[in-house]
Amino acid sequence: MSGSHNLSRRDFTKAVMTFVGAVMGAVVGIPVAGYLVSPAVKAQKTDAWVTIGPLDDYTAGQPALFSFTRAKVNGWEKTVNSYGVYVVRAEGDAVKVLSNACTHLGCRVTWQQDQNAYTCPCHDARFGRDGEVLSGPPPRALDGYETRVENGTLSIRLLE
Amino acid sequence: MTNKKVFNWLDERLGLTAIYKTIFERKIPKVNWWFTLGSATLFLFALQVVTGIMLSVYYVPSPDKAYDSIEFIMSGVAFGWLIRGIHHWGATLMVITVFIHMLRVFFYGAYKYPREITWVTGVFLLLATLGMGFTGYLLPWNQKAYWATTVGTSIAGTVPGIGDFILRALRGGDDLSGVTLARFFAAHIWIFPLLIIILIGVHLYLVIRIGISAVPGKND
Repeated sequence: MSGSHNLSRRDFTKAVMTFVGAVMGAVVGIPVAGYLVSPAVKAQKTDAWVTIGPLDDYTAGQPALFSFTRAKVNGWEKTVNSYGVYVVRAEGDAVKVLSNACTHLGCRVTWQQDQNAYTCPCHDARFGRDGEVLSGPPPRALDGYETRVENGTLSIRLLE
Repeated sequence: MTNKKVFNWLDERLGLTAIYKTIFERKIPKVNWWFTLGSATLFLFALQVVTGIMLSVYYVPSPDKAYDSIEFIMSGVAFGWLIRGIHHWGATLMVITVFIHMLRVFFYGAYKYPREITWVTGVFLLLATLGMGFTGYLLPWNQKAYWATTVGTSIAGTVPGIGDFILRALRGGDDLSGVTLARFFAAHIWIFPLLIIILIGVHLYLVIRIGISAVPGKND
């Protein structure tokens, strides 16, 4: 390193090599990073109406479980996910559909007629008929679905 | 100043300067561009290792998923086409550089005393590189891959006497199947790479220890 302003041949080579190396590193590194995190940045959104069946199949005041499955393409694989919802019919056409996934950690809740509550087997959470928390660790009431009744047929909007 | 201190502390214990000098400041004769092919091959191998590891993130070596997983890499993953493209063309290019590297060594007579072992490890490196090409070709599990491997393993099966045994050993049975795909995958990502890394280690050790030969003159 001479004191003059002239760049020595060695320093010039060093600078060029550093620059070229950085460019090559970026050309390989950026695609590799994008490739690895690719599934994380692609949100798979579902927005569909799922038919539950004739509303008259459900008795008012008596939560009933309805199960269905939906196929989802994940990468190179088709996965079939199971869903469970509780149909809670009030008088007339008024109906509420609740997810059976506990809002605490996602275990499946079950309606217990004798306790008049949904109970979760994992951490003893209890929810009332309309999904409100009665006791236990859940942070909020059971999640409800948007519902639609057309010609007496009940559908729910699956958004996730 | 602190950087210098840390470096000196490490250097005193690890001998980094000595390693650097041995590798990068060793004496070499005046050579030409043909002498860069070994380094080019090493660079391509490193590129194949990186892109290969990346591909294994999404690739599945099973007959019913291999093709789909590659379709997914090509169209469903960001830069998947690029990573696979580099791996594909890098493989072809590596066979070419290895071959020209061998021709350079051969025509310059650089395989002679005291570099015989360097040459022999080089021969095995060439074979291992071709092995990588052969085993990697099956992995996409498309028609071309399937029939190329059918033909390739059949050729190996024409060896007199033990041909049938070799054929079954390569295919993992009488016919090409998921067993063939799994063992080709294992050979492609574990056996051949390990072999190549060990051989490159010996090869480079010898290149550094003995030094490289000069371009032969009129009287050599």
